[in-house]
Amino acid sequence: MITTEESYHLSNLKTLEAESIGIIREVAAEFDNPVMLYSVGKDSSVMTHLAIKAFYPKKVPFPLLHIDTGYKFPEMYEFRDEYTRKNGLELRVHRNEGALERGVNPLSVGTVKCCAELKTKALLDALKEGGYDAAFGGARRDEEKSRAKERIYSFRDKHGQWNPKNQKPELWNLFNSKIDQGESIRVFPLSNWTELDIWTYIYHEKIDIVPLYFAKERPVIEKNGQLIPVYTDEYEDEVRDVMCRFRTLGCHYCTGAVRSEADTLERIIEEMMVARHSERITRVIDHDQDSSMEQKKREGYF
Amino acid sequence: MSSESLIEQSQNIDLLRFATAGSVDDGKSTLIGRLLHDSKSIFEDQLHTIKTFSRTHRNQEIDYSLVTDGLKSEREQGITIDVAYRFFSTPKRRFIIADTPGHEQYTRNMATGASNASLALILIDARNGVVTQTKRHSFISSLLGIRNFVIAVNKMDLVDYSEEVFENIVNEFNAFADKLSDESVYYIPISALEGDNVIERSENMPWYKGSTLLDYLENVNVSCGRNLNDFRFPVQYVNWGGGDDFRGYCGTIASGVVHKGDKIRVLPSGKTSTVSRIVTYDGDLDYAFSPMAVTLCLEDDIDISRSDMIAKVDDLPAIAGSFEANIVWMDNTPMEIGKDYLIKHTTSMVKGNFEEVIHEFDPDDISMKSSQSLGLNSIGKVKVELKSPVFADIYSENRATGSFIVIDPHTNQTAAAGMVTKYKQVSPDKGCKSVKARVISYPADKKEEAKAKYDRLSMHGTHCIYVDDDLLKETLCKGKPVDVGQYSEMIENLCKIVTKSGVSVVICSDHFKS
Repeated sequence: MITTEESYHLSNLKTLEAESIGIIREVAAEFDNPVMLYSVGKDSSVMTHLAIKAFYPKKVPFPLLHIDTGYKFPEMYEFRDEYTRKNGLELRVHRNEGALERGVNPLSVGTVKCCAELKTKALLDALKEGGYDAAFGGARRDEEKSRAKERIYSFRDKHGQWNPKNQKPELWNLFNSKIDQGESIRVFPLSNWTELDIWTYIYHEKIDIVPLYFAKERPVIEKNGQLIPVYTDEYEDEVRDVMCRFRTLGCHYCTGAVRSEADTLERIIEEMMVARHSERITRVIDHDQDSSMEQKKREGYF
Repeated sequence: MSSESLIEQSQNIDLLRFATAGSVDDGKSTLIGRLLHDSKSIFEDQLHTIKTFSRTHRNQEIDYSLVTDGLKSEREQGITIDVAYRFFSTPKRRFIIADTPGHEQYTRNMATGASNASLALILIDARNGVVTQTKRHSFISSLLGIRNFVIAVNKMDLVDYSEEVFENIVNEFNAFADKLSDESVYYIPISALEGDNVIERSENMPWYKGSTLLDYLENVNVSCGRNLNDFRFPVQYVNWGGGDDFRGYCGTIASGVVHKGDKIRVLPSGKTSTVSRIVTYDGDLDYAFSPMAVTLCLEDDIDISRSDMIAKVDDLPAIAGSFEANIVWMDNTPMEIGKDYLIKHTTSMVKGNFEEVIHEFDPDDISMKSSQSLGLNSIGKVKVELKSPVFADIYSENRATGSFIVIDPHTNQTAAAGMVTKYKQVSPDKGCKSVKARVISYPADKKEEAKAKYDRLSMHGTHCIYVDDDLLKETLCKGKPVDVGQYSEMIENLCKIVTKSGVSVVICSDHFKS
């Protein structure tokens, strides 16, 4: 029987889905102790959804790990606990308690140091303590210029560092999983997805996301052109209510909202289709210095 | 249009993955930057950053190469080191570009980008013409199975937009392309810096009547090289346990189609069963095809583990104990004959070693020369001996089951990419006892299909004969008339005798209905 291409067509989203599921299963099969980093954002929602699909009808065979800076939005903690419970996912949380006790926050030590302590160090410590040999992350190549250079299997040395000049060639879908004791691989199953793909997939699959992504009136202050939400009384600036939403979620100190009326998935997607700014423009930490993301990644950050 | 149908439409436009290639400084990054910029695929904040950097560091309004050269060391040196994956879309198509480096030192990254692409965009500097690196990249792209080439002759502004310069390069590359296999080549004279023929038609080259680059990329018909005929399911993960009876085999369909109820055979055990369910989170399917990631359940409880291969009973890959392959060597440490390497092929990882380099290719003219070993970035044909068999097809027939990577077990580096060109089946006592010789029957009007099947089986190393009525009448009946019943029985008996001796029969006869 001669088969035609048309009768076996897979849509763009279904192709991306199949590719990601293939990657997730490959890691589960080849590594002894994998973990999936869960940051509670929209990409995390999609990545965990794909993991659930990959092993259906059984449970996801690895835990989720949330690197908690302690300064995430309250809505994120609430969502995290409900989402993982509902989907039968095992959640582990790690915080750099020492730094938090010392009162480290972006206002006290600046964003660069704060990230280094609460994110990078916390992550590296958690990976080491857990003895994880592979860690999934939801990063996409369209997010940022140094991420466009990432392999799907990204090798990290004993210190969790990335060396962009010495990445292993990655051919077809044959991934090299060989590492020595103490080394690890960061795995990015969403590498080939775009922000629009993520939203369209969330819409089609009816995936739960944190309500902060939907527009509503929120108290904010305006700082360096960013709309920073108000969750503490540490700010002295003028607070006002603005109709806004978040395109990306991080710590509430460092994540700006965008003015928007998009209060449904359809309206968010419409907004995405005409967006003229990148999603990471609202991430204060990306603009610390030129190559700031690359520098963080070299040191062990995602 | 409603937002719902807009969303639907955005998902139904097709996707073209292409890789850029060519020598250093021929303007690849600039071209990609120009494509993204002019198709309005760069966000304003990113553009702002690029413009600021261009003014302060490059003394120009906008340096388009900064769009893709994302690493600090790349911007410092003004060269591309690693593949950048870029995304853009037009109303007609979505694109993923693998923007690959031109430096010979980073050829392996170029191969990385090309391995998942279906088109190669090769840049040539109009002032320099076709150089070794152009040929090396074209050859690697061709080996990796890319059949569509766009040759963008860049920097036409620096040669006064001369038609003669362009024509000379076309002729020169054509002479080279004749040595590659079946490529379709399209030539476009451009200036990435000035934007001539990238998106807008150039007024500087009225003599050029062809498509602009974007126009070509949007409309080119690219077959994705997907094999939908031979079902291959490398078992990736066995999903069971946890207190219920469910036992499923997870994997990505490497090629072909599977239906519920299909009779399958598992390699290497050779055991047969029937597909009882095709399980997905979205519900069971009646059929599934490449490249879907599914979970198969079988009617019989047989022992199956990761790296086993599920195929249809009468259409099996080879159980290859050794093979010949084209290799692109990517490691700084040269290949060592006889040393144990790890070979990752589909979902299996086996030990293997190189017996010999059959020949090395000279990328300049694709001539063959003898060689004792392959060094960084060299390309050759080698003989590989495997310590355990893999279930393989030839790369040109099946990318997924014909490709492999070589890993150096001492350094864990990916040392090479390989493409199977020929293999040797392991003898039955080495693990494929149950793969029986079989009779494959076709009605007489399907003669061509029957012959194609026979060719394929023989090429795959299966012992096989081709029989049709003409041959039977001539030999068995010596040209004398026989009655129909007697004749059918003779065919049947003959097949029995032949298959008992381990030879498969492809038979094409009036006595079989389609």
